[in-house]
Amino acid sequence: MGDDLTSGGPPMGSRRSRITGQPGRREGTRGVTIAVVSTAVVFVAIVFAVTNSPYWPEVKDFFFNREIFLDSLPQVLAKFRRNILYFCIAEVFVLGLALLLAVMRSLRGPVFTPIRGMAIIYTDVFRGIPTILVVYLLAFGIPTLQIPGLPNSPTFWAIVGLILSYSAYVSEVYRAGIESVHPSQVSAARSLGLSRGQSLRHVVIPQAIRRVVPPLMNDFVALQKDTAIIAFVVAVPEAFKQGQMVSLVFLIITIPMTRLTDYLVERERRRRQSGSAV
Amino acid sequence: MTEALRVEGLHKRFGELEVLRGVDLAVDEHEVVCLIGASGSGKSTLLRCVNLLEQADAGTIWVHGQDVTATGVNQNAVRESVGIVFQSFNLFPHMTVLRNVTLAPTRVLKQPRAAAEDRGHALLRRLGLDDKADEYPDRLSGGQQQRVAIARALAMDPDIMLLDEITSALDPELVAEVLDTLRELAAQGMTMILATHEMGFARDVANRVYFLDEGRILEEGTPEQIFSSPREDRTKQFLERIIAAGRM
Repeated sequence: MGDDLTSGGPPMGSRRSRITGQPGRREGTRGVTIAVVSTAVVFVAIVFAVTNSPYWPEVKDFFFNREIFLDSLPQVLAKFRRNILYFCIAEVFVLGLALLLAVMRSLRGPVFTPIRGMAIIYTDVFRGIPTILVVYLLAFGIPTLQIPGLPNSPTFWAIVGLILSYSAYVSEVYRAGIESVHPSQVSAARSLGLSRGQSLRHVVIPQAIRRVVPPLMNDFVALQKDTAIIAFVVAVPEAFKQGQMVSLVFLIITIPMTRLTDYLVERERRRRQSGSAV
Repeated sequence: MTEALRVEGLHKRFGELEVLRGVDLAVDEHEVVCLIGASGSGKSTLLRCVNLLEQADAGTIWVHGQDVTATGVNQNAVRESVGIVFQSFNLFPHMTVLRNVTLAPTRVLKQPRAAAEDRGHALLRRLGLDDKADEYPDRLSGGQQQRVAIARALAMDPDIMLLDEITSALDPELVAEVLDTLRELAAQGMTMILATHEMGFARDVANRVYFLDEGRILEEGTPEQIFSSPREDRTKQFLERIIAAGRM
């Protein structure tokens, strides 16, 4: 992966080993011994502290009950399989929608202002509202409306909520990748006669995606965990009655914060690259 | 002689900085023209304007008689016939050498992949690089990368080649291989405009030399005239500095 990006440099692995250097043999054995002993001491201390706390028996009974664990295991596994399925479905749509949003947002020029604006509003709103509230509002709001032709399953809309919310986050990851590709790459592509879209598709986006794979994986892990929200929201709708009020409060805090971040990023970008027509 | 390129009254500014202040230039077909001048004199910006990578603020550019600065001109079509090679190579790092060369022919000219690859191999062979066809650019030396960039531009069959200080980022021992490639291109009749600090090369190969100073063409003539008996004081000073730096 890294080989085609660290232009001219040696492969990652060899550079690292050269910097850290191979430790001497005796020094190595001593290091390993210290690491093992210190880890064991810390671990034993934590276990001791927890199991000797006054209410440990109650906690143990509530969270770590052996019978309940074995009893519910088959059911949990079945639900887990379903969550994995939700995750896979959501992930495909998140990847597509987020890329679309990122591309919309990186269009330059006054003609694209409305498109760019829509993408900005989208990311602001869906990054601003906690995912669990988006899921709740969709899962119960839309089936309540009884719109003909639209599915009424809360689970369906809960997945849609996850997709909408995560697309906002993932689009920012893509956008960071797109902006990290040096403008000279676009110059080179355009100079060969490639259109704006072709340059984006063949030159910019492939390089951008390679660079953002690690943070994308990070968001995958988060999304996989958050599929659990679906079950919670669908099971206990009452708990989220005040959802709309709460989401407004969140937006008041998060939108100024994201605007500030955008301003800082943009200022940094301007400083890095002088104006270029393409 | 047919005119390949004509530039009149070209102005370009970046914010406060006025980089081009009315440049006039004309290049005939099969001519090799060198632009010389200090860093910041506007050589690169001039070439980027000709390739429409920068939009001129005022002035007109004709490529083979067609006004390419007019509104409604298909910029992509213009760029197909005007190739440019950059100082920093700008190869696509995620593609093999061959794919770098065939990308534009397959996507822009819609050539079938096999035909484009045959031609790509032929071009690379001509530049002595065919054994590198399946390598990625970062495995190549600077000189090899720059020759791939030349091959990539040539793959579009341009009528005019713009070369923007293409040896400036190279180690001294790699400069010769790139200049040899250019000599060969010139011998084959390619119309070329070079921004360059290689005065020896300019003297050997160029038909005409333009001296740029602070965004204007200060002096123009044959290499003989410019290098041996420059008219303007600024040109003399520039050439003296170059000689003092051992670049000539």
